[in-house]
Amino acid sequence: MKLPQPPGPFRPEFWDSPLRGRWMTSMLGLLTLLFFGTSAITGFLSHAAYNPGLGTNAIVPRDADLPLTFDWLTSPSWLYAFTQGLHVTVGFAAIPILTAKLWSVMPRLFQFPPVRSPAEAIERVSIGLFVSSSVFLLATGVCNVFYFYPFAFNFVVAHYYAAVIFSASLLVHLVVKLPIVFSKLREQGLKPLHQDLASTVPEPYDPEDDVRARHPADPTLSRRGLFGFALGGSALLTVGMAGQSLGGPLRKVAFLAPRRGGFGDGPNDFAVNKTAAAARITPEMTGAGYRLELVHGSKTLSLSRAQLLAMELQTADLPIACVEGWSTTQAWTGVPLAALAAMVGAQDAGQVLVESLQPRGILRKAALSHDQFMADRALLALKVNDADLSPDHGYPARIIVPALPGVHNTKWVGKMTFS
Amino acid sequence: VKRIYGASPIHLLAHLASLALALWAVGQILDARAATTIVIWLVGSVLLHDAILWPLYSLLDQVAWSTALAIDGGGRVPAINHLRVPVALCALMFIAGFPAILEIREGNYTRVSGVGYDGYLGRWLLVSGLLFAGSAALYAVRVRRAAAARGR
Repeated sequence: MKLPQPPGPFRPEFWDSPLRGRWMTSMLGLLTLLFFGTSAITGFLSHAAYNPGLGTNAIVPRDADLPLTFDWLTSPSWLYAFTQGLHVTVGFAAIPILTAKLWSVMPRLFQFPPVRSPAEAIERVSIGLFVSSSVFLLATGVCNVFYFYPFAFNFVVAHYYAAVIFSASLLVHLVVKLPIVFSKLREQGLKPLHQDLASTVPEPYDPEDDVRARHPADPTLSRRGLFGFALGGSALLTVGMAGQSLGGPLRKVAFLAPRRGGFGDGPNDFAVNKTAAAARITPEMTGAGYRLELVHGSKTLSLSRAQLLAMELQTADLPIACVEGWSTTQAWTGVPLAALAAMVGAQDAGQVLVESLQPRGILRKAALSHDQFMADRALLALKVNDADLSPDHGYPARIIVPALPGVHNTKWVGKMTFS
Repeated sequence: VKRIYGASPIHLLAHLASLALALWAVGQILDARAATTIVIWLVGSVLLHDAILWPLYSLLDQVAWSTALAIDGGGRVPAINHLRVPVALCALMFIAGFPAILEIREGNYTRVSGVGYDGYLGRWLLVSGLLFAGSAALYAVRVRRAAAARGR
């Protein structure tokens, strides 16, 4: 029995773009691979940067994680600012690229009959996961950088597993499609990019290649015009976002970026991830009664801010780099973490759990590895740009470690437990 | 295998391996907090593109076509791309920044970051305006050039 063909997009006549074809899809596919590949790699690097194997750092449950993590580096100090700035900026810039890529294969969604063989059925399931996860990653990513949470799930957990689904379906898509991409590249190379509008001709209709139009309309855009269109969109969003990661005068150019300005006065005027008010830090917690507790086994030590200030201080220019992509480099002054470790004989400890005075929130504590707390320029900062830290930047004392993700630079540090 | 399955055995093995990993991740999602919402969002992501975004921009393109025809009268210098490009970029910027542009739940953002969403709407309109103006200016230049070329 043959099913009657439904109308509209299920009929080949519906599709008349002269640009669709294997060459176009191949090239847009490579571009998508470049953008999404960059975002995926830097995303998994960010997962590793949180050192989920230490203490209570894991946000994705440890027994339900992939063995993709390694000891995060402490050098170069701008490493996380770079990888995470790239992750977010390239992720935004991928929106028009993914849209163009999906446009180029839209006719396949409506192919009739929808499935012609078991191979096609399994492939379509995988493509479904691919489209779903890629749009999901962009949509949740955009919401997250703007603190807009129209969902009850944990962003990190959902974004991570969606990235696993995405990577799995990407890899198999590459296995299936890269041979086509290479054969198209061998056949035509970049030649179609040299054609202007007048010389743009459709690829001849081929019933085997169902993204090509049977009756193509006259072109209104050349192929390079389409690439320019999509990449122009990426460039516009890059200009709109990248300044929050690059800093300097570009920060103000970033017209769409959430962290294009600072928050604070004078030396403390730079972006804040979480204000003291949001963290429920009160003046009583940080006033004259404030003590930093150091613990190593049975050894404990309690230090006031004045005692900390009397120690040998070090100043270092280090970035605060947020998982949301923004970063800002400031001159921090404080006690080297290695010196604090030495005070309780913990130079050889495997890790240190740093706890904030903040009464609750999953990121109120973070564990640092041995390499991190012993790193050159890893500080318990007391001052920034020669002024006392403002309450919003972590007064009386905050952690600042080279290449550490922003939120792990715990603010309002109350206790450090070496183990 | 090829006759029954429809592709090479490598195709089958690669898909089984990929689906095993993907379904493992789906399984983890089902154990996560608000699992139903994640699944709704994953399905919704496909619908967002295939049932909302694609029909919407296809429709917009049709509108752009008739508007362009009204502008250029089917003449030598087509206006279509001078409409398409700024409209698409304007929409793209909106998609990338809508929470700030619409000041959605600004209170949440201000509580954690100390700053608000002042100026995002204005800057979005300003950049969009510049794109439309630039596109219109370019169109005017092209029409004038075409007219001059005809007059020669």
